[in-house]
Amino acid sequence: MLSFIQSTVGKKYLMGLSGLIWAGFIFGHMAGNMLILVSPDAYNVYGHAIVSNKILLYGTEIALVGALVAHVICAIFLTKQNRESRGHRYAMNPNGQKAASFASEWMAIHGSVILVFIILHLVTFKYGPHYETTVDGVVMRDLAKLIIEVFSQPMAVLWYLVALVLLGFHLTHGVRSIFQSFGLLHPAYQPIIRRAGAIYAVVVAGGFISQPVFVFLTRAVAA
Amino acid sequence: MSEKNINVTLKVWRQKNQREEGKFKEYLAKDISTDASFLEMLDAVNEELISKGEDPIAFDHDCREGICGSCGFMINGNAHGPLKSTTVCQLHMRNFKDGDYLTLEPWRAAAFPMIKDLVVDRTALDRIIKVGGFISVNTGNAPDGNAIPIPKTAADEAFNAATCIGCGACVASCKNASAALFTSAKISHLGLLPQGQVEVEKRALNMVGQMDREGFGACTSTGSCSASCPKDISLVNIARMNRDYMKASFSKKPEIHAGDGA
Ligand code: HEM
Ligand code: SF4
Ligand code: FES
Repeated sequence: MLSFIQSTVGKKYLMGLSGLIWAGFIFGHMAGNMLILVSPDAYNVYGHAIVSNKILLYGTEIALVGALVAHVICAIFLTKQNRESRGHRYAMNPNGQKAASFASEWMAIHGSVILVFIILHLVTFKYGPHYETTVDGVVMRDLAKLIIEVFSQPMAVLWYLVALVLLGFHLTHGVRSIFQSFGLLHPAYQPIIRRAGAIYAVVVAGGFISQPVFVFLTRAVAA
Repeated sequence: MSEKNINVTLKVWRQKNQREEGKFKEYLAKDISTDASFLEMLDAVNEELISKGEDPIAFDHDCREGICGSCGFMINGNAHGPLKSTTVCQLHMRNFKDGDYLTLEPWRAAAFPMIKDLVVDRTALDRIIKVGGFISVNTGNAPDGNAIPIPKTAADEAFNAATCIGCGACVASCKNASAALFTSAKISHLGLLPQGQVEVEKRALNMVGQMDREGFGACTSTGSCSASCPKDISLVNIARMNRDYMKASFSKKPEIHAGDGA
């Protein structure tokens, strides 16, 4: 068990498993947040339902924090080890037919931006100003108001756009890579897996991007 | 036969040995036939260097038929040059244009120590084979053909994996200098066959262990290896290796030695 985690192959399983947990979560997070396109009340009721279910809330939070810590620690170890293994750098890198994809070459870089993004995102929203509203007689946090406030600022929207595009790249390669790391590649499914990674990434990144853009266009510009 | 000759400029990594610092040096390869192979072009450049009393450019080669795995260096950043599924000995000058500027660098990886110029020490790969790239069978008479039935698909896949010539281009082109493609090809070509089953777990544990100990990096699935592999070894082999390794890690049984029993 210990030697498994110490091996490069074992760390890739851990990396993939933790990535998969997050990949599952952000899909749900993206889908749920689409309610902001419906109405502020719908969004607040949804948010209130989540924070009211303490078991679901804390369970998810523990799983996510644990997975992120594991993911980042593995990323740091592997990236450091891989730099050392490469040793001397080349004057020129593979190109043309032999080039690697942009997404796969920069995993550690967009991954790091995503980490910064996750922290700032939590500070902005989860630990941000606490407004209140009442829907159908129930007092709850008015997150929609905060969202509209934040995404009325063009710079905030721009930062989310950049971070989410990078998340898209991270996921295109990441989701594909999981299949290889977990030993699930099969000649017959290889092309499908490549496409599935890209489709998943476009849906998640595209879905998320639509939210600040929608809020900005309907609130800030229209107002 | 096209009788067309070209001139190319080479920027070649020159390094006497591991201790001395290396640097790039430019050479002009004049009047090279486009029918010449890349190594024949280097031979011509070396002839000229020798006639001038200079040290010729060292590069590895043996069969020059694309089957032994001795040759290999980077041409403008690509292992074995720009063409897919090709070793540098099978790369011909017709793939280049008159006036091309070509940067030649040795394979670079911490696990491949420098020997001289474009030659590096790839015995780390041999050591990976040594710990598991074999099957244990009793020698004796050759068995009858088809005495052990093997499905055609398994035989095909095993044979594909077995075409790996151990050139090291996969390591050289990988940003992590990972030997996953090479190691997985060696694990697969035995592990896919019934004769390779007995040691399937031990093989995965030992070969992956040796790969890590040699200081090769971790696979991040960039696919650079397979793209530059002269034998088109598939990434599917790496998936198989990971699966074998994971299974073996969690089902490892302690070995019982004679006399251990009560
Ligand atoms: C929403 C958050 C994140 C998700 C969904 C995610 C997802 C993934 C996935 C699925 C993989 C592929 C695992 C494999 O190869 O088996 C991966 C790899 C990786 N991630 Fe993340 N990740 C996230 C955050 C981060 C962060 C914050 C970092 C940076 C510290 C990071 C750095 C990396 C690195 C270095 C790799 C390995 C590169 C590779 O295998 O090519 N990730 N990630
Ligand atoms: S896998 Fe391909 S590139 Fe790597 S050593 Fe074998 S033949 Fe060479
Ligand atoms: S010299 Fe044998 S493969 Fe190139």
